[in-house]
Amino acid sequence: MTNDFTAVAGAVLRRNLIHAFKNPALLIPSAVFPLLFFTAFAGGLSNVANVPGFDFSSGYTAFQFVFVFLQSAAFGGVFTGFAVAADFESGFGRRLLLGAPQRKGIIAGYIVAAFARWLFTATIVTVAALIVGMQVDGNAAQLLGLVSLALLANATACLWGTGVALRFQTLQAGPVMQIPVFLILFMAPVYVPLHLIQGWVNTAASYNPATALLEAGRGFLSGQPEVSGLAYLAGFGLVALGVVWGLTGLRRAERGE
Amino acid sequence: MTSTLEQVGLVARRSVRRTMRQPALIVPTLVFPLFLLAVNSSGLSSATKLPGFPADSYLDFAITVAFMQGALFAAITAGTELATDIQSGFLNRLQLTPLRRAAILVGQVAGATTLALIGALVYLAVGLIAGVDVKSGVGGAIVLLLYAVFIAIAFSGIGAAMGARTGSPEAVQGVFPLIFAVFFLSSMSMPRDLISIDWFRTVATWNPASYLVEGLRSLVITGWDGTALWRGLAVGVAVLVLSFWVASRALATRMART
Repeated sequence: MTNDFTAVAGAVLRRNLIHAFKNPALLIPSAVFPLLFFTAFAGGLSNVANVPGFDFSSGYTAFQFVFVFLQSAAFGGVFTGFAVAADFESGFGRRLLLGAPQRKGIIAGYIVAAFARWLFTATIVTVAALIVGMQVDGNAAQLLGLVSLALLANATACLWGTGVALRFQTLQAGPVMQIPVFLILFMAPVYVPLHLIQGWVNTAASYNPATALLEAGRGFLSGQPEVSGLAYLAGFGLVALGVVWGLTGLRRAERGE
Repeated sequence: MTSTLEQVGLVARRSVRRTMRQPALIVPTLVFPLFLLAVNSSGLSSATKLPGFPADSYLDFAITVAFMQGALFAAITAGTELATDIQSGFLNRLQLTPLRRAAILVGQVAGATTLALIGALVYLAVGLIAGVDVKSGVGGAIVLLLYAVFIAIAFSGIGAAMGARTGSPEAVQGVFPLIFAVFFLSSMSMPRDLISIDWFRTVATWNPASYLVEGLRSLVITGWDGTALWRGLAVGVAVLVLSFWVASRALATRMART
């Protein structure tokens, strides 16, 4: 049973990584987009750090890096959802369901593939941030905390995308995978700390779980952890919901719905 | 034999109908720029407190970005539709008719242009309801709409050029992020003189997209600024001429090949 699970997950992981890393059209956008956001936000908006009330001690580059880091993790998960949809659209997904002795292993394989693909992007974004002089004040444990939050975001988005892909089984469902993730991410304190956001977006951001992940991540990077417990609670809660969403999607696909 | 104008009308009618029958094209074009406008104007409202910021409200400053995003969607729509016609063999069948190449090209962007016009009207209406103060008045608001549609036509030429060259809707969609990148590296979110990172300010100064945004923006936050307007117009004309020239050449090559 465990061996079947691991074997299926391993096979799905291997296939996904080969497909992703041998196909520049898939790999390049996932790496370029976060860099683009980082350049635009940390470069173009750097003067926002001079706004009265902006109190992030590690500077605007670090402030934006955490958003881009978490965003790249979430979109890495969504891109894996695209891969699942493409597999089903081409008919490979149905054959995979027939051939796999432990079908939950399929979802596990896609999740680990999403991790691996994101690690590539995360490395590029981190190196770019360090080259432009990002200030890192957190210690090694705190930086691991930041990475763990990103992995939770990555797993949540991957499970969301996979659940959608298993239900619709077509790449045309791409916007359904992307748009909610995009909305949740941008309804968080992207440009300035929460207390500087005005209007209804402030209210929305206050209840948004992504806000806790973002604030905790920024706390880790600046060496002044805050709302970490809430962030992990939100992160694991989202992953739990994602597991339910993914597994019910798998059941539907098995029944041929 | 119909005149070129009549031929444009025939192709344009089909293009407009096809675009207007696709809610999946219309809804994102209307909703996405407005969502980003709402998020950015709330999130960056404190940026107006920076010394030298040229507007009292970030909503006033940022509303023209929605028009530019509408133009980008127009580019993608025009490119995707032309590429779909190539892929499905419709262009080959058109070649059996006496339609001129110019009529095909100009008519094909009509759907995208109409979508951009609807988008511009919606952005302006929502902006005015939300409290945007157009400093150049009613006349300026009309010029703003015309300017936005002009930029959308110019960008449709880029989409058409990509569509004609690749003949693949997926490839057109794939190039979209690159155009998006050009906008991100402009003065879209911050006036150039307030960009504190030197290399970014240099890139934004050399980036033609900055002048398109600044031309549109001047009508809202400054009033009638001749310099900003002519610079934006000059960039727009250059994009229009170049993109339609490339699209025309690409279409000629493709038609000769088939």
